[in-house]
Amino acid sequence: MHIDNFASGNSVLHHLDPRIKIVVAALFSVVVALADKYACLSAALCVSLALLLLARLPLKQVLLRLLAVNTFILFLWVFLPFTYGGKELFTVGPLAATREGVAYALIITVKSNTIVLALIALLGTSPVITLGHALSHLYVPDKLIHLFFFSLRYLQVLHLEYERLRDAMRIRGFKPGTNLHTYRTFAYLVGMLLIKSVDRADRIRKAMLCRGFHGKLYVLSHFELQRKDVFMFVFMVLIVSGMAALQWIIPK
Amino acid sequence: MDNPEVIIRLQGVSFTYPGNPSKRPVLNDLNLQLSRGERVGLVGPNGSGKTTLFHLIVGLLTPTQGEIEVLGKKRREERDFKEVREKVGLLFQDADDQLFCPTVAEDVAFGPLNLGKTREESMAIVREVLSTLGLQGFEDRLTYKLSGGEKRLVSLATVLAMQPEVLIMDEPSTGLDEDTLERLVHILTNSDLSYIIASHNGDFLTRTTDVVYRLGQGRLSRTAFSTYPNPLTQGHYR
Repeated sequence: MHIDNFASGNSVLHHLDPRIKIVVAALFSVVVALADKYACLSAALCVSLALLLLARLPLKQVLLRLLAVNTFILFLWVFLPFTYGGKELFTVGPLAATREGVAYALIITVKSNTIVLALIALLGTSPVITLGHALSHLYVPDKLIHLFFFSLRYLQVLHLEYERLRDAMRIRGFKPGTNLHTYRTFAYLVGMLLIKSVDRADRIRKAMLCRGFHGKLYVLSHFELQRKDVFMFVFMVLIVSGMAALQWIIPK
Repeated sequence: MDNPEVIIRLQGVSFTYPGNPSKRPVLNDLNLQLSRGERVGLVGPNGSGKTTLFHLIVGLLTPTQGEIEVLGKKRREERDFKEVREKVGLLFQDADDQLFCPTVAEDVAFGPLNLGKTREESMAIVREVLSTLGLQGFEDRLTYKLSGGEKRLVSLATVLAMQPEVLIMDEPSTGLDEDTLERLVHILTNSDLSYIIASHNGDFLTRTTDVVYRLGQGRLSRTAFSTYPNPLTQGHYR
């Protein structure tokens, strides 16, 4: 399980108040997601790279993450240029790629990588649990926070249960193949996991009731804004505003 | 007092799981009494209803028949049992069911906060309970990264943080290594809590309890303490 891979570090971004990081990451992502002008997007990509440098993260692991994202994007490059209407750029056999299609695929690629890099640099540098607490201080509804915490806590337990079941199958000589036996076995595995989760949810609810649960979860940790947090916040908001200006205000 | 105060009294309690095709009651006309200061052990084969009995006491299940009296009051509805759960702490069989908060401090503080304690009071309780159990410095540990033994002890801490009068433990010794088991024995024998422990570990029960009941055919029978057999050496328990 790869949670909190980048959270232990000692950079400026690691020490920034998580609430600030969440707000900035949200603003940044929205602007990048809506933008379609190269000026704005290249500025955003530069900001992302700068953040990455600032976070001083292990480059190899960051690249691995990007690889995962870009595997999906590869499919866009296979389909988009040939299915998007516009001026012909080149042909592969009977298929014609359009200039607009290529441009579109390029924009999506830049956008996704920019956002992922910014998220790694901003959010990856806080432990997931801290982010959850920060969200609850940002007035995100309790129900969502609870869902977030429970998922985080029981992902591990479910994963272990899954591994136990997989091992039990393997010990008895199960080799997945392309046949009905495999499909049925995997269906059993998933079904068993579902049933176990429901049972566990019931037991957890009971255990919570035994400790006086009445529908409210309390947050223990509190954050304190420091001057450098405020400074960073204003600075980052200015940068994001600049990006927005490149997209919508500054004329061609 | 010539008559020690009775904390838990079960009278003629029967329970059948709804939808059970055999309609055979898990508990059948069962009587149980626990007085203040008593330390009771409970043995019985798997599926004999130990967990069911515990869940009935804290009102997670409702008896099909019979009466449950806790701390001098008859308990019938969910509302009655809310108070029971504050005074009777139940330690679940699987620590992963009990520990649901990300960090140890939050999990231990969960009960006190529910009881209306302030954040500061709760944190004081957290520190106190953790140090009683020899878990100093565990506050910020992540619950899902604890070892099995640590999980069990932290679960116990979450229950003790409620400052209960009675402790009910469902197989607390299962899966513990020798050191952790010793720690648990030490903690229990040095506390002045009343408790009921269900366990398959006879040696553990002999060391921590004064009287051992056997649950079978839906009823309790007293086993003579001195002649209580170690279930681990008895073939029929395996």
